[in-house]
Amino acid sequence: MLVRAAVLRRARAASALLAMVVAAAVATAMLNLYIDVQAKLQHEFRNYGANIILVGRDGASLPAGAVSQVESALSGRGLVAAFALVVARTSDGQPIVVAGTDFNRVRQLDRWWSVSNWPSARQQALIGVRAVSVVSPKNQPFDLGFQGHTIHLTSAGTVQTGAAEDSRVYLSLPDFVSWTGVQPSTIEVAAAGSPGEITAIMHQLEQAIPAADVRPVRQIMEGEARVLGKTRSTLLAAAALIILTAALCVLSTLMGWVFDRRRDFAIMKTLGASDRLLNGFFAGEAAALGATGAVIGFALGIGIAAWIGRVSFHAPVVPRFSVLPFVLAGSIVVTLLSAILPISLLQRVQPAVILRGE
Amino acid sequence: MFARLVYESFRRQKRRKLLAGAAITLGVTVATAMIAVATDIGDKINRELRTIGANLLVTPQEDTLDVEMGGVNLKPPSDGAFLNEADLPKIKGTFWHNNITGFAPILPVNVALERDGKTENLTLLGTYFAKQVSLGKEEFTTGVRSIHPWWKVSGAWPDDSSRDVLFGERLAARLSAKPGDEVTLSGRPLHVSGVLSTGGGEDDQIVAPLGLAQEILGKPGAVRRVYVSALTKPEDALARRDPKSMSGSVYDRWYCSPYPQSIAFQLQEAIPHSHAEQIRQVAQNEGAVLTRIEGLIFLVTLAALFASALAVSAAMATAIFERRSEVGLMKALGAGKLAVASVFFAEAALLALIGGSVGFAAGGWLAHQIGRSIFNSEITIPPVLLPVILAIAVIVTFAGSAAAIRNAVRLDPVFALRGEL
Repeated sequence: MLVRAAVLRRARAASALLAMVVAAAVATAMLNLYIDVQAKLQHEFRNYGANIILVGRDGASLPAGAVSQVESALSGRGLVAAFALVVARTSDGQPIVVAGTDFNRVRQLDRWWSVSNWPSARQQALIGVRAVSVVSPKNQPFDLGFQGHTIHLTSAGTVQTGAAEDSRVYLSLPDFVSWTGVQPSTIEVAAAGSPGEITAIMHQLEQAIPAADVRPVRQIMEGEARVLGKTRSTLLAAAALIILTAALCVLSTLMGWVFDRRRDFAIMKTLGASDRLLNGFFAGEAAALGATGAVIGFALGIGIAAWIGRVSFHAPVVPRFSVLPFVLAGSIVVTLLSAILPISLLQRVQPAVILRGE
Repeated sequence: MFARLVYESFRRQKRRKLLAGAAITLGVTVATAMIAVATDIGDKINRELRTIGANLLVTPQEDTLDVEMGGVNLKPPSDGAFLNEADLPKIKGTFWHNNITGFAPILPVNVALERDGKTENLTLLGTYFAKQVSLGKEEFTTGVRSIHPWWKVSGAWPDDSSRDVLFGERLAARLSAKPGDEVTLSGRPLHVSGVLSTGGGEDDQIVAPLGLAQEILGKPGAVRRVYVSALTKPEDALARRDPKSMSGSVYDRWYCSPYPQSIAFQLQEAIPHSHAEQIRQVAQNEGAVLTRIEGLIFLVTLAALFASALAVSAAMATAIFERRSEVGLMKALGAGKLAVASVFFAEAALLALIGGSVGFAAGGWLAHQIGRSIFNSEITIPPVLLPVILAIAVIVTFAGSAAAIRNAVRLDPVFALRGEL
């Protein structure tokens, strides 16, 4: 009987189902986006570089193997780069800060560095744009001295950041250590994850390397938390509005559909159907419509969310099947509501009045 | 006759008209609120991103290299060039002054802390905390308290004209100093008003009002560098071009766009003998984050517009479908297709205009509430958008009714009146 009812009034049933599908799709897409936007933006914020810094206590060097300890604590969820710093002298006696690091790691960690050419061979240096005029104004080979030891370097390229890096000279760590004998004293860590996970990583690092002072980069972490919170709130407000509108669309379409069938209702009642049977019939029909619409809409909504993710973050939004029960339950509630309202109105009217078309 | 038809239809079918009108109002409300949020979200998120700190740095043009390691300044204090403090208010006189949310000058000086008969060499940073600066008639407050919001003080922030200082938290822990202590710095008795925590190099330093640092250095008006926090536009191909190689109109477009590069260029023009540059870590990444969030909200707004258009057309279709017998009667009395359709369209237009106006007002209020509760600032919707929103409401209502009206005018009056369709 349910199926026949749907088949006989194809156009109206189809429009009701369409409204349901669209509403469920929009709701699914918004919920998926809302859940996923945090991970997407956190990923985006990792381009700001380190959010944790490890420094040897009182300026001392960190123990050998500290980098691998940090890496094992992160277990692949982040980037690590170590820096060793000394104040050296140029050949004409000017003081300059020289740093040793692993260029491959820095390239990934500090993506905002604007580098003309990364060093690839030994004894090549990366020179800060402001330091160029001091150490190698004509791009010629130059010497740096530290505690009586001299290193002979060639310039590979320049680095520009607009910050302290512009006044420094960067060497590869093996060159730096064999020249100065100074081991890294700072490790920059860009750890991925929620604030809670990052705090857990910091505790783990404190225990693994007691010789280091583990500091959060508050500037980055606080800014990230604020922007993330505001974006999520805005998205939540938008999702609530959109879902409300979609639910209303379903409500008005379905109510019209049920109202339209008042003749069926009246005939069934005249033929002796009880109120309970009639309620059950219309409610069953509505629930079936809601469930069908929700499942099709869910599939469609995941597609929409994936597309939005691809367009705005260049990475698809992962489908969350945990959303399905909510969409399903919500759809059934809305459809039931829109079936029961007109039925309770009709029940107060005599079937004869309806059949006479008044 | 036509006007009476429409009027009576509204008077006699209040419930149905109210339902359709409510759907249109809600649709327009959601659409208006989302458009307002989407147009303003860039500016709002841009301001939130400013909490990450300054994105531009102004240094003297002929400066020597900074020699700073682990929060300790190793550069000879009077070495190199300085900016003049008197030039700083001009930052607020540049073309993009409304985009500059604040600035803070920095003057690092080396001081000797005398304590228990021993002296220790430390770095003291002179800066503005929340200084009143005036340019012409305009007055504004600027300093580290607004541009470095992650700086936290236990105790009290010093006044900019006082002789109070802040101790960095690691320094304070090492010296077991606490707010309220009296210390002697380079022969001057000073008062510690609070302990500063920043998570950066300042935790090992002393921070003091700029005037005090200049007095210790013996150079009144000297400033080593200025951090400027500005609302910028994400960089594009034009932003990266060298202004010297541009033709007149391209140069004007570049100069009048708030790119980090063009604001830096204007700062350089405003402050004599200076060099301004973007702090790439902040400036480069905020563009990326901003573009992402704007793109996301734009797509979500499209979804909202789509959902509200659908809700309006669903309501209209239902409203017209319910009036088949009326159509049958009109046609039986000799009304043509055009007459029937025009009655329905006139009703739809009237509903759209009323619902649209109410929805516009409600949407404006909703956007205002969203702005207040999420961003603590206003989101206003320009009244010029009203005609646009009304036009959209009428178009969507017409589009939603079109199919139903077409079906209605095609009805055979006999079947319609017998209720057999």
